[in-house]
Amino acid sequence: MIGIRTHISPPGLLFAILGLASLLVPFMTLAANRIVAGEGISVLRIAGPTITAPGVAAVTIGLAMGLIAKWTRLRLLGAVFGLAGLLWLLSRSAPILLSQAGEYARVSPAAGFWCLVVIFMLLMADALAALKPGPLMRGILLFAILVALVLVLRSGMLSDLSVLQEFSSRRDAFFSEFLRHLGLAFGSLAAAAVIGFPLGILCHHRVALRGATLPVLSFLQTIPSLAMFGLMIPILGWLGSTVPGAQAIGIAGIGFAPAFLALLLYSLLPVVGNTVAGLASTPPAALEAARGMGMTSSQRLLRVELPLGLPIILTGLRIVLVQNIGLAVIAGLIGGGGFGTFVFQGLNQTATDLILLGALPTVVLALTAAILMDILVELTRRTPEETV
Amino acid sequence: MIEIDSITKTYGTMNAVDAVSMRVETGSITAIVGTSGSGKTTLLRMINRLEEPTSGEVRINGTSTSSVKPHLLRRRIGYAIQGHGLFPHHTVARNIGAVPELLKWSRDKINERVDELLALFSMDPAEFRDRFPAELSGGQQQRVGVARALASRPDLLLMDEPFGALDPIIRTRAQKDLAHIQRKLGSTIMLVTHDMEEAISLGDHVAVMDGGKLVQYAPPAEIIARPATDFVANMVGDVERPLRLLSLISVSEIIEAGEADGEGLPETASLRDALSACLWSGRDALPATREGAVVGRVTLKAIRARAGAHL
Repeated sequence: MIGIRTHISPPGLLFAILGLASLLVPFMTLAANRIVAGEGISVLRIAGPTITAPGVAAVTIGLAMGLIAKWTRLRLLGAVFGLAGLLWLLSRSAPILLSQAGEYARVSPAAGFWCLVVIFMLLMADALAALKPGPLMRGILLFAILVALVLVLRSGMLSDLSVLQEFSSRRDAFFSEFLRHLGLAFGSLAAAAVIGFPLGILCHHRVALRGATLPVLSFLQTIPSLAMFGLMIPILGWLGSTVPGAQAIGIAGIGFAPAFLALLLYSLLPVVGNTVAGLASTPPAALEAARGMGMTSSQRLLRVELPLGLPIILTGLRIVLVQNIGLAVIAGLIGGGGFGTFVFQGLNQTATDLILLGALPTVVLALTAAILMDILVELTRRTPEETV
Repeated sequence: MIEIDSITKTYGTMNAVDAVSMRVETGSITAIVGTSGSGKTTLLRMINRLEEPTSGEVRINGTSTSSVKPHLLRRRIGYAIQGHGLFPHHTVARNIGAVPELLKWSRDKINERVDELLALFSMDPAEFRDRFPAELSGGQQQRVGVARALASRPDLLLMDEPFGALDPIIRTRAQKDLAHIQRKLGSTIMLVTHDMEEAISLGDHVAVMDGGKLVQYAPPAEIIARPATDFVANMVGDVERPLRLLSLISVSEIIEAGEADGEGLPETASLRDALSACLWSGRDALPATREGAVVGRVTLKAIRARAGAHL
């Protein structure tokens, strides 16, 4: 018995127990319309046994496949199998549930479904971590997962779900807000890099400037985000109405400009702070040797300090990007656009699925950005002492 | 020839280096020795202007160092430091080729020079060229550090405690290698150390620094035989002085005609080695050999006479 017990993966066991418990929690929600609270339906009652039996079996088998610690590939396959089971249950039961309800009825996944999705994703992450994929492999995996997600969404198999009904009635707005969201997050990142890199390099060389700059940037970081976005309204409103020509280039109290500026202010500390920390991470002896062999200060910066500090500097950009993708949601509050528009519309209408239409793509975007930036950071760590 | 002309460095009210003057002959090794805080490192760093002198000047082959921009001056002067200071993100080849790269040598010329230097330091170019510093042993890193400092065939090589980070066995080997390479290339080397033993065994001249002043500048034998101050005598170590002196003199100097029993000693060995062999084997004389053939003998009496000759 001891032999078998040592072969069982502790997280796998936890996932299996939590997964089976999640099957007892309501799997789907059926509501009379998009605003009222719905009624939870257990997985056994969402459809007939010809649909639930194979779905529940796939989920259970998937959880079981995750149990054996050594069979990493089998565990990975278990996660994929379980997710496929969930997709089957979701796509098959939604039209059946809707056909039994009224004209304005809405169906959406409930707590049991979301718990299982998270459990299988954790199982997948756990198995992948054991496989230690290289940067290239991780990129390919990410791409494959995103392609699978897009294919499932485009196939229409989930189009009966409430959140996708919200999507189909706002298809054009969704894509324009998507672009707006990217513009806010990446635009403020680019602006922060353009300002932050030179500022960080200056701070590295001048101790006095560093002492003055970093506390100010830290203070900006402590302003609560709602307050920061709110503060931009009077400041930029005043600028727009007093500075000639400011309004013509889009500077006004509400809209893109104040949201962009708020995100930029939040971005400066990680960019400047990590640039300073990255440049300071050069071994002192290497710097002394560089000076002693006759490198000018710009040669030292370009050939020694920047390449050695690059992983730390890029980590700063990663923090900013992930942070800004999340924070850009608040831009919706001051008319800045982005996925926040749906979140705040949903909050006003108490339409949960409209909130999800804004929130889910934001989460996917942030995760994708985080993984891509991690890959980039790893690729810049070229010296063997850091990668081994 | 390097001429240091009453050079002074003042920090606040304290003279870290106080009106030091000395001349260093081309092709020789000068060891600057002193305790910490004696100003030896500051003196060295003023030569390549990592520190700017408060007053006085340094001339290399007659040209004042202040007439050249500091970074251009430093490209002509090799610089090797304790803990090697290799660039961790560059291969061995790129590290060694760093100064030639700054001087815009052609790629082929740099590669050729890198291989030549690796071979000189007994490291197989094919094996080591593409390694990173972290993949080398401490002794290999130190050799690459010195090879890098020599890469552009500098007029002068400055070394600041170059063997400070090495363990004793590798250290002795590194000192021998340096002496060998210096003889072969005829480089002019100025080396800072706190170890009098190292200064005596490596230096053609030894400069002893104390409290910012140059208290004695002389060949090692003279430093040992006639220390200028109590401080120098203390640095040399009164008890070991005769042995240190003997270690500087080779057997060939006191070979005499005659026979001796037992195992021979090459005439290039030091008198310290000869004394040691006499005492250990209980003999009064040893055969001296040249390329394996006995050419005479060295006696305990002669060794004793030579050790007392300084008086």
